[in-house]
Amino acid sequence: MRVTITVNGSAETVDDVWEGESLLYALRERMGLPGSKNACEQGECGSCTVYLDGVPVCSCLVAVGQAQGRDVRTVEGLTEGPPGDAGEARLDPVQQAFVDAGAVQCGFCTPGLIVASHDLVERNPEPSDAEIREALAGNLCRCTGYEKILDAVRLAAARKRTAGGKAVRS
Amino acid sequence: MVAPVKSPGHVAAPGIGGVGESAARPDGTLKVAGEFAYASDLWIDGMLWGATLRSPHPRALIRAIDIGPALALPGVRAVLTHEDVPGRAAFGVDGVEDQPVLASGQVRHQGEPVAIVAADHPETARRALELIGVRYEVLEPITDARAVIADPERLKVQDRGGVTRYQPVRVGDVDAARERADVVVSSEFEVGIQDQAFLGPEAGLAIPSEDGGVDLYVSTQWIHNDLKQIAPCLGLPEEKIHMTLAGVGGAFGGREDLSMQIHAAMLALRTGRPVKMSYNRYESFFGHVHRHPALMRYEYGAASDGRLLYADVEIVLDGGAYTSSSLNVVGNAASLGVGPYEIPNIRIDAYGVYTNNPPCGAMRGFGAVQACFAYESMMDRLGEACGLGPVEIRRRNAVSQGSRLATGQVIESPAPLAPMLSRLETMPMPPELDASDPRNLPGGVSQATRGEGVVRGVGYGVGLKNICFSEGFDDLATARVRLEVIGGEATALVHTAAAEVGQGLVTIQAQIARTELGVQRVTIAPADTGVGDAGSSSASRQSYMSGGAVKAACEAVRADLLDLARRSLPEAAHVAGGKIVAASGAVLAAVEDVLGDTVIEHTREYHHRATERMDPVTGQGRSHTQLALCVHRAVVDVDVDLGLVKVVELAAVQDVGRILNRQALEGQIHGGSAQGLGLAVMEEILVTDGLVRNPSFTDYLIPTILDMPPMRLDILEYPDPEAPYGLRGAGEPPTLSSTPAIVAAIRDATGRPLTRVPVRPEHVI
Repeated sequence: MRVTITVNGSAETVDDVWEGESLLYALRERMGLPGSKNACEQGECGSCTVYLDGVPVCSCLVAVGQAQGRDVRTVEGLTEGPPGDAGEARLDPVQQAFVDAGAVQCGFCTPGLIVASHDLVERNPEPSDAEIREALAGNLCRCTGYEKILDAVRLAAARKRTAGGKAVRS
Repeated sequence: MVAPVKSPGHVAAPGIGGVGESAARPDGTLKVAGEFAYASDLWIDGMLWGATLRSPHPRALIRAIDIGPALALPGVRAVLTHEDVPGRAAFGVDGVEDQPVLASGQVRHQGEPVAIVAADHPETARRALELIGVRYEVLEPITDARAVIADPERLKVQDRGGVTRYQPVRVGDVDAARERADVVVSSEFEVGIQDQAFLGPEAGLAIPSEDGGVDLYVSTQWIHNDLKQIAPCLGLPEEKIHMTLAGVGGAFGGREDLSMQIHAAMLALRTGRPVKMSYNRYESFFGHVHRHPALMRYEYGAASDGRLLYADVEIVLDGGAYTSSSLNVVGNAASLGVGPYEIPNIRIDAYGVYTNNPPCGAMRGFGAVQACFAYESMMDRLGEACGLGPVEIRRRNAVSQGSRLATGQVIESPAPLAPMLSRLETMPMPPELDASDPRNLPGGVSQATRGEGVVRGVGYGVGLKNICFSEGFDDLATARVRLEVIGGEATALVHTAAAEVGQGLVTIQAQIARTELGVQRVTIAPADTGVGDAGSSSASRQSYMSGGAVKAACEAVRADLLDLARRSLPEAAHVAGGKIVAASGAVLAAVEDVLGDTVIEHTREYHHRATERMDPVTGQGRSHTQLALCVHRAVVDVDVDLGLVKVVELAAVQDVGRILNRQALEGQIHGGSAQGLGLAVMEEILVTDGLVRNPSFTDYLIPTILDMPPMRLDILEYPDPEAPYGLRGAGEPPTLSSTPAIVAAIRDATGRPLTRVPVRPEHVI
């Protein structure tokens, strides 16, 4: 089976898809995009979270065939534009907030948490702590105890509101 | 050497921040961008995929292995069994080599590796495993740890069998003290098997090298100890094996023992092709050792004023079939068995035993966690029996600088337990339960009630953990530091073999280099065997040990730099802010101008002060280098109708000697507390007749962001004059004290005795 997917803006085609092959496997092993992580491969940890047609999903639970003709955005696709002069990535505000708030330790959960948090602050520019917890309840982190992750989401939302200047809810 | 396409590289730490500042992680940008090369991300052209056939039985004889059908499957390149191990047949993390590379003749735990496969595709490798025919003769597993102690000669799971280590501790006269005691309390306690549950699976890549050796890219906690175990099993000299640390997705002790390292290397050497192995979550539950489960009996006697007179303790730790790190886990449980309290008469009997239960070894807190749950539960019972509150009973018996531990070891540096408890007691309490929002209730939005059955409780816990390796082990650390001008800017390169497992060691190394060398630009080289041993990233020791080594190497480099400067600037006295400075503070020159084309490089080894083995009869001896304290207060809401627990808040006071990086340190305390919360209320590998019932994240639950409450932290700095910058290891202590604090709070809420962790719903209804 051949499958064509738009991944981070460009069309990607994979051949000889085997039965049971997940979108996560195709991204990681065929398309050179290992940013989405393989921590449990059964939809419990959220570390493989990607956008599928703008909706966050566990890519381990999506058969790659189901993604045929659809639009996928991974953590690699959140980085804005090409690397800067020094080769550094131009980070999305959510990515930058995770660095600045100390929300990254081993970092294996981070890509999934960043996609989930990105989705949250897009939908809700001023999430309460209870809303952050609800939105990230499907993402396991074993290192941080989540406190700095909450800090990161609060920081990202605040920066986004300041930068946007118009997204603040009344 | 051919490097993988995706491979560990230098990480630049161009940011600012010396020791004491919350500098950002040098690898943070790579990690948030999805570009960091974890072990399971490694990839190289032409690589094969390895897979492992594991025993379905906890105990069985292997009568025959038929690899023929698997070998015949197209795409399969190798199928190997114990007969193919090129060198020594077994290995072990702490010098006892009793764990077979591949099972020979017998399997001794469920999930023990029996055969390995390399194939063109991971799915082909998986199918090949199903085609390997193993004829087992199933034996009844030995699973009762106390029965093994009673009859160690008969109940042997392997030649070594029976008791791994028996370590008594004897102080004073317990029986005489019992006669004098006004108050006696006793209880039995149980701790279930906890899993490290790191998120990055065991994974790595083995690439055959041209000289007949192998290059290994793996996620581990201690590269050089891996090498020491791998080389003899491969029948290769250590020089032919080059190891590089691949990105580590958490460790918590679970990567101290080898997993796929020898297997991948065997397959690569046999096929002449690179071989990648990556476990899935199910396999990971069988692919590493867990925290020892414990059965404990405690009896304490005290005077009527609450002062402890004696402790009579038995601790039984089930290590499973192989030795792993059980010897040292037992040592910790024995030496720290009554925690940070002054007790004049002590009798502790600590045992490790071999069984066919899941193999156990290192996990954050290492032997001290199990005892801590018991001794803290005892302090609460004693307080109640004496009519004293939980804080007062602890304060009355607390150690301080100059006190003796159970081992007779004098605590030589500050141990401010009583003031820590007082600070904790006066920290603000969280607001009362607002039941109008169901998200605040135990069970959250799944709650079916309006909170009618919810009761609140408050509990306290204290933990004492040894920092660095103990009992005479010289766990040195090595660092190489190079200073040169690159692109017109003075740049320090720091190279160690120390494993960055998420704890932030690379950040600390860069901070130390900035502070000691006065330069801003620091690069951290990948950890590999191209530099000397760094010791393990465990026992909360790397800031102390590799931090100490980096500091020492930087000091040597700085001395050379100043010597160089004095050739033209005789008054040169310091390096600061990238400048050579006179004693008066006057700036003399830029470091770059002094260095020119000169490269200054030094390698230094760092050792902590020597420790002693515990006496095998009395348990006495100065067995630990450094000790660290953390205290927790937990507030819980318990729904006694539904059996649900919500931890409302955790507050902690910890003495860290010196804060090197507050942000990273807070992350360690938060994360350690979360793992203690997991042990208190949800985490347990369930075992029936040696078989694991819940090897998945569906059934083995770790705390989510909904389970982990907000934390209040009060971090103290009482410097330890023996340690670099006065620091005290910080990663493990919070994992000890949060568990008993939470269970005490649940007891306070429910009045139930709660003698085992994790607490289950039926225990609180």
